[in-house]
Amino acid sequence: MFIKHHIKKAATLAVAALFSGSALAEGELFFYNWVDYTPPELIKKFEDETGIKVTVDTYDSNETLLAKLKSGATGYDVVVPSQNFVTIMISEGMLEKIDVKGMSNYENVDDRWKGPTWDPNQEYTAPWQMGSTSFSINMEGYEGEGNSLGEFFEPSDSMKGKVQVFKTPDEVIPLALMYLGLPQCNENPADMKQVQELLLKQKEYVKTYNSETMVANLTNGEVLMSSHWDGYSMKNRLDSKMETLKYVHPKEGIIGWFDSLVVPKGAPNKANAEKFINFMMDAKNGAELSNFNRYASPLKASAVGEYLDPTLGTAPEINIDPSVPVHFSETCSAKATKLYDRVWTKLLQ
Amino acid sequence: MSSVTNKKKFNWLKLFSNAFFVYLYAPIAVLIIYSFNDNRIAQVWTAFSTKWYLKAFTNEDIQRAIVNSLKVAGVATVVATLFATMAALVLSSSRFRGHGVSNAIISLPLLVPEIATAVATLSFFAAIEFPLGLTSIIIAHIVFCIPFAFMPIRARLAGMDQTLQEAGRDLYANDWQVFRYVTFPLLKPGILAGGILSFIISIDDFIISLMVAGAGATTLPLYIYSMIRLGVSPEINAVSTVLFCISVTAIIAYWLVSKQNEEKVHVH
Amino acid sequence: MAFNLPSNPLARRWFGLAPAVITIFAFMVIPIMILAVFSFMPADPYGGVDKGFSTEAWIQLFFERDLDDSLIFEPVYLQIIFRSIVLAVLATMITLAIGFPVAWYIVQQPAKKRELLLFLVTIPFWTNLLIRAYAWILILGKNGMIEKPLYALGLIDDSLELMYGNLAIGLGLVYSYIPLMILPIYASLEKLDFNLVEAAHDLYAKRSSVIRKIVIPLCLPGIIAGSILVFVLSLGDFISPSILGGGKKMMLSNLIQFQFSSARNWPFGGALTMLLLLLVGIGSFFYVRVSKKREGIA
Repeated sequence: MFIKHHIKKAATLAVAALFSGSALAEGELFFYNWVDYTPPELIKKFEDETGIKVTVDTYDSNETLLAKLKSGATGYDVVVPSQNFVTIMISEGMLEKIDVKGMSNYENVDDRWKGPTWDPNQEYTAPWQMGSTSFSINMEGYEGEGNSLGEFFEPSDSMKGKVQVFKTPDEVIPLALMYLGLPQCNENPADMKQVQELLLKQKEYVKTYNSETMVANLTNGEVLMSSHWDGYSMKNRLDSKMETLKYVHPKEGIIGWFDSLVVPKGAPNKANAEKFINFMMDAKNGAELSNFNRYASPLKASAVGEYLDPTLGTAPEINIDPSVPVHFSETCSAKATKLYDRVWTKLLQ
Repeated sequence: MSSVTNKKKFNWLKLFSNAFFVYLYAPIAVLIIYSFNDNRIAQVWTAFSTKWYLKAFTNEDIQRAIVNSLKVAGVATVVATLFATMAALVLSSSRFRGHGVSNAIISLPLLVPEIATAVATLSFFAAIEFPLGLTSIIIAHIVFCIPFAFMPIRARLAGMDQTLQEAGRDLYANDWQVFRYVTFPLLKPGILAGGILSFIISIDDFIISLMVAGAGATTLPLYIYSMIRLGVSPEINAVSTVLFCISVTAIIAYWLVSKQNEEKVHVH
Repeated sequence: MAFNLPSNPLARRWFGLAPAVITIFAFMVIPIMILAVFSFMPADPYGGVDKGFSTEAWIQLFFERDLDDSLIFEPVYLQIIFRSIVLAVLATMITLAIGFPVAWYIVQQPAKKRELLLFLVTIPFWTNLLIRAYAWILILGKNGMIEKPLYALGLIDDSLELMYGNLAIGLGLVYSYIPLMILPIYASLEKLDFNLVEAAHDLYAKRSSVIRKIVIPLCLPGIIAGSILVFVLSLGDFISPSILGGGKKMMLSNLIQFQFSSARNWPFGGALTMLLLLLVGIGSFFYVRVSKKREGIA
């Protein structure tokens, strides 16, 4: 411990000596977020208002975020995990407590999302965006209906080599369990075997396992069907002028998620992180965030309403039919997580 | 040599080789040409434009990535070249016990695959709880730059006349003076070549940086990777062309220096 | 400046060697040893390792613990390793088939042109691998340089599906490492005594038999050196499979990286890395033997 302490101290000093010249008086903020999920204009606005220099790094999945933080990548001030990973991070002692309730813009948060189940006292998290996960189909020339998970997991022959699936199991396995009518957070090996068989059969149709390139690949026709998120699919449809792109709300069910802003333990600029979090809960900024990402805002409709792009209110992607069951991913036991990882590693061999 | 082979008979070889050079450069040419394309869709040519370069250079993230890359490559090059020079001076003077082992340790980074170095370094930093960031990248880069700096310096020393240093010592010059006035001037082209080689290797490194990077430590290759992950875009072409030009400039410098290296060592 | 090193030769040696040797030892040899230790520890499900001793990672290499925990011999990972080796061997053979004639051509050019051509061979090698792989997306991908003209001419009406797969990975490997095949072959061809070739020609030997019986045996060390270099680097390549391969077919290096990122199984990643180092060690061993032999010839 003694040596470790000294190494840390020496490293910190070395870093400080090397880069002290580049730091600004108002300080910095290191923001680690999903790819293509941060509106550049809002960052610019925050920098102009506060004089804080923001650096944005990106990751491709909750798993990667967790792995990076666990391997000692300190130095990030704000990161954006989904609700089931928030629970893991809190239980692993990876997060700083922050006074969200005391922030001036907290009143803008929709009452439904105040003190959510994963952070009942609102000690660690502030809302960012919320949405759903399923898949999208380019309906041009497609013979199916586009309303069932079966079309994704057991595609028709015309889809051979035309399907893209997320790179990590976190959102794919819950959908597969839903399709098979099995319980979530499944610890039963026999059930997981069924999931494994389903995914291995699907693999014959899969072109690539990737959580980032779906927009490019759907747009240029490299794939015709892909794992997708509601807002990202809508953005995909609008930006690429692809009116035939349908985000499917499967009758078997859809996955709901809620991404939060949290501060990792040991964040070097905690005060700036709190400024940023408060900034993002501002009604106008929250609306701009949703206008950019096309996801639903967790802020009060009465607050964001006037700033929100009206197309969001009618978009087929983010307005889910009430008959479709929404499953909110919870944190599974270590045993279930291990089973999921094993299924996945075998799949990607 | 030309007398050996009947040129007409070997003409297919010329064709094949020319085709090979086309194959070698076609992708790079496509990359550069399309970086000047006006169209947002990277592969559909519309008109000549330099707007992607403007866009790339006004992008603060890219500026920061370039600065990070230069910081890492700069520090790694200086330290690695210094260490390599010191080691080369010892290893070229005489054989001794531990000579072979020292040589083997210094060339080790050349043999270990990058991915293995990357994950081993990551595990090491995690084990001693060393924070990941720019410093961790610099340390990793110094390690794999040392053998690249070492090779040309060692080669230069091999062609050098050791008696000069002996003569200097006989004239009661101290160690520093011998190095400063005798060894260093003769060794300079080797040191320069080693430094440039380290710089090239460091500025291009991707996988090791990927694994040991922390907050705000995005280097240019890491930034390019994060852009490629989203698909092709003319902006990537522009940034890639810039990195390509940095590398080619360094290679040409290396080429010129190492030609000087090959020339005979003259003493006046 | 009055500065003298200790006069004791041992101390002088250490002063010079210590920085380089200690740096590499501390930040490369020790890390590899730590990784070896990690491979015998249990995995923390959220990343990193837990305290304790476990051979689980090594068992996983050869056996699949079925989902109900019974051990079955299932060489899925051996298959990935095998696939990596096969792809690396293929890449080596193709680079040899292309590289040898090119080196043969270069060596016959006048000195000035020879230098220029060699320079042209090395430039791509020193430029970023990522950029070179990306350039291939522009060529192989949908609407890329290959498909588009064929579409326009009406020669194809469906995608050729060139991207994402073994073909694209193989192309990427060949393109990445071919300079490392050409350079050693060139070096050994340069030393070749062309009088021998001439003598053979005078004896009316056929061209093909001159190459087979004289040229190839004499530059065998160069061929072997180039082959081992290409093999070792292809085996550890990360960029071609991850950018051009689409993540559907892993290679050893992707599997390792995957264990240290989203799969969060460091011990298993450590065991795989040890295996990769073993394979590379075997390759390097032969490389050293061949280069020793080559020095003997020269």
